[in-house]
Amino acid sequence: MEFHQKHLLDIEHLSTADIQTILDTTESMAEISTREVKKVPTLRGKTIINLFFEASTRTRSSFELAAKRLSADLINFSQSSSSVIKGETLRDTVLNLEAMNPDALIIRHASSGAAYYLTTFCRSHVINAGDGSHEHPTQALLDAFTIRQEKKNFKGLRVVIAGDILHSRVAKSNIFCLQKLGAQVVLCGPPTLLPAEFKSLGPEIFYDFDTALEGADVVMMLRIQLERMQKNFFPSLREYRNLYCLTPQRFKLAKKNAIIMHPGPMNRGVEISAEVADSAKSVILKQVENGVSVRMAVLYLLLGGKDHEAAD
Amino acid sequence: MEQKVKARVMDANKIRRILYRMATEIIERNRDLKSLVIVGIRTRGIYVGKRIAKIIKEMEKVDIPVGVMDITLYRDDFSELELQHMVHKTEIKFSIARKNVLLVDDVLFTGRTIRAAMDGLFDIGRPKTIQLLVLIDRGHRELPIRADYVGKLLPTSRREVVQVQLKEIDDKDEVMIVEPSELK
Repeated sequence: MEFHQKHLLDIEHLSTADIQTILDTTESMAEISTREVKKVPTLRGKTIINLFFEASTRTRSSFELAAKRLSADLINFSQSSSSVIKGETLRDTVLNLEAMNPDALIIRHASSGAAYYLTTFCRSHVINAGDGSHEHPTQALLDAFTIRQEKKNFKGLRVVIAGDILHSRVAKSNIFCLQKLGAQVVLCGPPTLLPAEFKSLGPEIFYDFDTALEGADVVMMLRIQLERMQKNFFPSLREYRNLYCLTPQRFKLAKKNAIIMHPGPMNRGVEISAEVADSAKSVILKQVENGVSVRMAVLYLLLGGKDHEAAD
Repeated sequence: MEQKVKARVMDANKIRRILYRMATEIIERNRDLKSLVIVGIRTRGIYVGKRIAKIIKEMEKVDIPVGVMDITLYRDDFSELELQHMVHKTEIKFSIARKNVLLVDDVLFTGRTIRAAMDGLFDIGRPKTIQLLVLIDRGHRELPIRADYVGKLLPTSRREVVQVQLKEIDDKDEVMIVEPSELK
């Protein structure tokens, strides 16, 4: 098996083979979480720091469980209870934490490129858990794994990603990931939240949700990221809901066996109706379950073996 | 890497006879075959285990469940490896609690694989006993581990490699001693 990455910063620069290796490893990791003793000794003695400069429920606890199920020690850092509020810079905070000899840093930050920035002065493995509106690689990997479980094959799949594309790191990672795996990606949202430049990445673009949904195998809904909006991108939430909310009626336009995905957190009644979110076609909670296995695979592949630079 | 075949130790007939002999020993030692389960260690231990189960079924009309253990996550040389090994699935779809588990591998060498497999088993449940079956015991143990059923005791030098081929994946049944002609 070949997997030579030291960090996981984005999907854009991962090869298709690397993505396949991660998904195949995930398959083997999934079984561990179903055991009575949900723990293997593989990463015993490794220390991992969760650096979350932005709020998170799923990703943070998912990484934490993944690390613990592989027997690594993990500590959580959150901005609100740290020296960052006393004015310490990101660089100093990280250098101080690194002085305690961790093996890996998992970072979520509001600035795009924050994970990459860490690699310019850190010796630890760096894993991007979401940087601004750039990428969220483990989310795309768990989405791909969930789609593979449901649909077996990516070739010819039509995946509609709808909502606030502009601010979404999940959308970007998914566009790269799904296209590398051979799926066809369709983007949909109001023009203010879906700039035409996205076409250059490869996907088809629609502004009318009903047209976009026709023939879809997978419908992935994204949250409106009010926290990243400094101006008004649409007249009202009510109008947005009328045009872009995934309702049971709209979902009928997709293929009969289509599945519904959402990276969370959901705003029920805004981008997705409660009825759709809780329906049998929804794999939203499976995504969360698979998140732990994907992150176990990523930690295993990055932290396993000798330091890659030393080994070369 | 060039390999020199030093000896052909077993052919298909010999392997078959040895498996029948070991199956007989298992039946003799385990009066309650219903509490016996087999766990094969990836990769070739799986096929040795399945063949043993088939022979026991033939002789005693009892179905022995066969599971698969992947020991990658339990290796003790994890941080010394240049590159990680691919993790494959552990598939034990039955409970091993209070069962007599027959652990099966093709070659017993340092004993480290068996140590790892036993750790893995205890994470899945608490077996009543664990017995070990190997097709070849080639010596050079580094841990206090011995097999309960041995197909053939095969003294080797450390430089040599015991190569087991099984037709389920290698298209013929054969055991050879080979020696790499150049040390890597």
